Amino acid sequence: MAANKIHAIYTDDDLLLQAVKQTRAEDYHISEVYTPFPVHGLDEAVGLPPTRLAITSFLYGLVGLSVAIWMMNYMMIQDWPQNIGGKPSFTFYQNMPAFIPIMFEMTVFFAGHLMVITFYLRSKLWPFKKAENPDVRTTDDRFLMEVDGENHDLEILTKFLYDTGASEISIIKNEQDH
Amino acid sequence: MSSHYEAPIREPLVLGEKSYHDISVDIGAPVLGKASKSWWIVFTIALVAFLWGLGCIIYTVSTGIGVWGLNKTIGWAWDITNFVWWVGIGHAGTLISAVLLLFRQKWRMAVNRSAEAMTIFAVVQAGLFPIIHMGRPWLAYWVLPLPNQFGSLWINFNSPLLWDVFAISTYLSISLVFWWTGLLPDFAMLRDRTASPFQKKIYGILSFGWSGRVKDWQRFEEVSLVLAGLATPLVLSVHTIVSFDFATSVVPGWHSTIYPPYFVAGAIFSGFAMVQTLLIIMRKVLHLESYITVTHIEYMNKVILLTGGIVGVAYLIEFFLGWYSGVPYEDYVYLSFGAATGPYWWAFWALIFCNMVAPLSLWVKSLRRNIVWTFIVALVINIGMWFERFDIIVIDLSKDRLTSSWTMFQPTFVDIGTFIGTIGFFFVLFLLYARTFPVIAQAEVKTILKSSGESFKRLRAEHGDDHSHVQQVEQYPGDAGPAANVENSQLRGSFSPDEDELVQLDYGLHQGKIDELISAVGTFDATVQERDNLKRIMGIGPAVEKKLHQLGIYTFDQVSRMTDREYELLKEIFGVFPSNPEMDDWAGQALILKNQK
Repeated sequence: MAANKIHAIYTDDDLLLQAVKQTRAEDYHISEVYTPFPVHGLDEAVGLPPTRLAITSFLYGLVGLSVAIWMMNYMMIQDWPQNIGGKPSFTFYQNMPAFIPIMFEMTVFFAGHLMVITFYLRSKLWPFKKAENPDVRTTDDRFLMEVDGENHDLEILTKFLYDTGASEISIIKNEQDH
Repeated sequence: MSSHYEAPIREPLVLGEKSYHDISVDIGAPVLGKASKSWWIVFTIALVAFLWGLGCIIYTVSTGIGVWGLNKTIGWAWDITNFVWWVGIGHAGTLISAVLLLFRQKWRMAVNRSAEAMTIFAVVQAGLFPIIHMGRPWLAYWVLPLPNQFGSLWINFNSPLLWDVFAISTYLSISLVFWWTGLLPDFAMLRDRTASPFQKKIYGILSFGWSGRVKDWQRFEEVSLVLAGLATPLVLSVHTIVSFDFATSVVPGWHSTIYPPYFVAGAIFSGFAMVQTLLIIMRKVLHLESYITVTHIEYMNKVILLTGGIVGVAYLIEFFLGWYSGVPYEDYVYLSFGAATGPYWWAFWALIFCNMVAPLSLWVKSLRRNIVWTFIVALVINIGMWFERFDIIVIDLSKDRLTSSWTMFQPTFVDIGTFIGTIGFFFVLFLLYARTFPVIAQAEVKTILKSSGESFKRLRAEHGDDHSHVQQVEQYPGDAGPAANVENSQLRGSFSPDEDELVQLDYGLHQGKIDELISAVGTFDATVQERDNLKRIMGIGPAVEKKLHQLGIYTFDQVSRMTDREYELLKEIFGVFPSNPEMDDWAGQALILKNQK
């Protein structure tokens, strides 16, 4: 059976937020929302769990710090210790004050870049990726809520969405078999 | 809705009656329109300077560092001066985008994009100097910890110069991804608004297929916050480490424990001065006065006052401690009685005047809000901060511990040419950026429109804080475009004429001009012709379209016949006209749209 989706377009972020809350209260399933800018509180209203990117960043930072410590210990203490300006090079602990700047820089380097790469991969963002917003105006000033038709009566559902303040509603027939 | 509440005492950050759509139009206009003549003139000058500098660099590398004015006493001069100057300038962007994000300063949103661009371009210039100074730049990769043929003789992690390599490359690359991540939604806006298939393709690639899903935005905001948290200590570390280049040495005047905080404050000071210099011109040329307001300029002036004050106090401390130490060598350092009266007196007083005296004028509110004065002060600070680094490096080296080797520094044409070349390179990059990138983070500005927009502030003042903020947007259902990922899309407008066009216009006064205009572009016959959606032309928003409708201009065909003369007539008829038809090339755009029908 073909599953239908309904695209409801709103002209205002406050209106959209209100509509999302009403739609969820009626137990309709919102499958996606496209907005031109981050609407404060929308992710909670849609019921999204918080993102864990900050945690990954912390872990990547730890990796960077470990790499820096391992690298400088191997190069300056183990592999080829040198007397440079009388700075003690016999143990890592004694030489460490001179290594702190690079330990910090590598922590930031790993935490920042690997987090951004994770973000791009998780959100499927890369060059030559095709945009998937169903209406070009959703990057300008329109807000699009996609609701699953499932086995609801589409007449009632469209009427309901109009009442939430949608300015345009279109039914998208899904051709794929499930 | 009270969630948009902001204290009424705060000045609006977006002026005029702006809707979300107006923001897209205004920010997209410079990119989607044509370059003006003045842009080409400035670009050509910058390009010539850049090529001249490139010639000097090639001459340096092929002949040797001996072509510079360095001597046995002064082994570092303009190259390191320029390096520190550029790195310092490159500090304002990340400060604005990262530190002010953590402090939730809304005014940063209008200026962060350009400040970050300036940062990246300035750090690129800075990076050139150490690489040229290596003498054999093709061996620049030797600064990396790579195994090599000398039995893996590793690089020296005890050296501040190597810390610089790590700090600056981390700073440059993190700034770049921070900037680019913020650009994705704005590139997507341009991609979805442009009428040209070529631009659609380019901005489609640059936007990485950004679609604006709610989950994407949630991650986007988290990533921005974490990057800001990482970039804040990073930006402080970069100039701290640059100051270590001097502070860990044993040269009098360099060996100073207050260098790190003093250098960081000086870097922010010079960076903000450069931001002012660039943005004051940019807001004028690109017509962004509604977004980069006098209030923004005043806020940046306050940062200049604060950091300039820190720098001034640091100068006084340096001067006092040099004298108080009783060490004779300290009599000749860059902040000392010896420097003020010695052969480099002019450099000493340039430093004092430009960095300590001139910025004090900003304590006066009327001068702080005066755009011309701000521009002059910003230029003076740029010059002063160059002298600060010149003084630290050249004056301190010119009188070393051996009286017989005291000397002065004479720059050669190569020194000067290389410096001018980097300024040219910087402006080449910035001018290209201003033509092709969304110069204001429009997605972020839209988030503050309801709290800090002038019209919404007035709404709350007149109707109370709980009044609905829902915007009444003019409907244009004919615009309902196909999916953004469908190529060769056709957008066509056909809608019934609405008769609510109530723009004030004195028909009697302008009858002659209106007749002339209509005779040039042709008349519209509602019985046989269909109206086009003129808003599809970049630069025409709902308000301008209404004005055109009033005159009887309804179709792309009519607009495509406009020339400079007709643009002039439009401006004369309406007096204040919120668009710039020449720059956006309405006629050219209309011709394309007409042919697509």
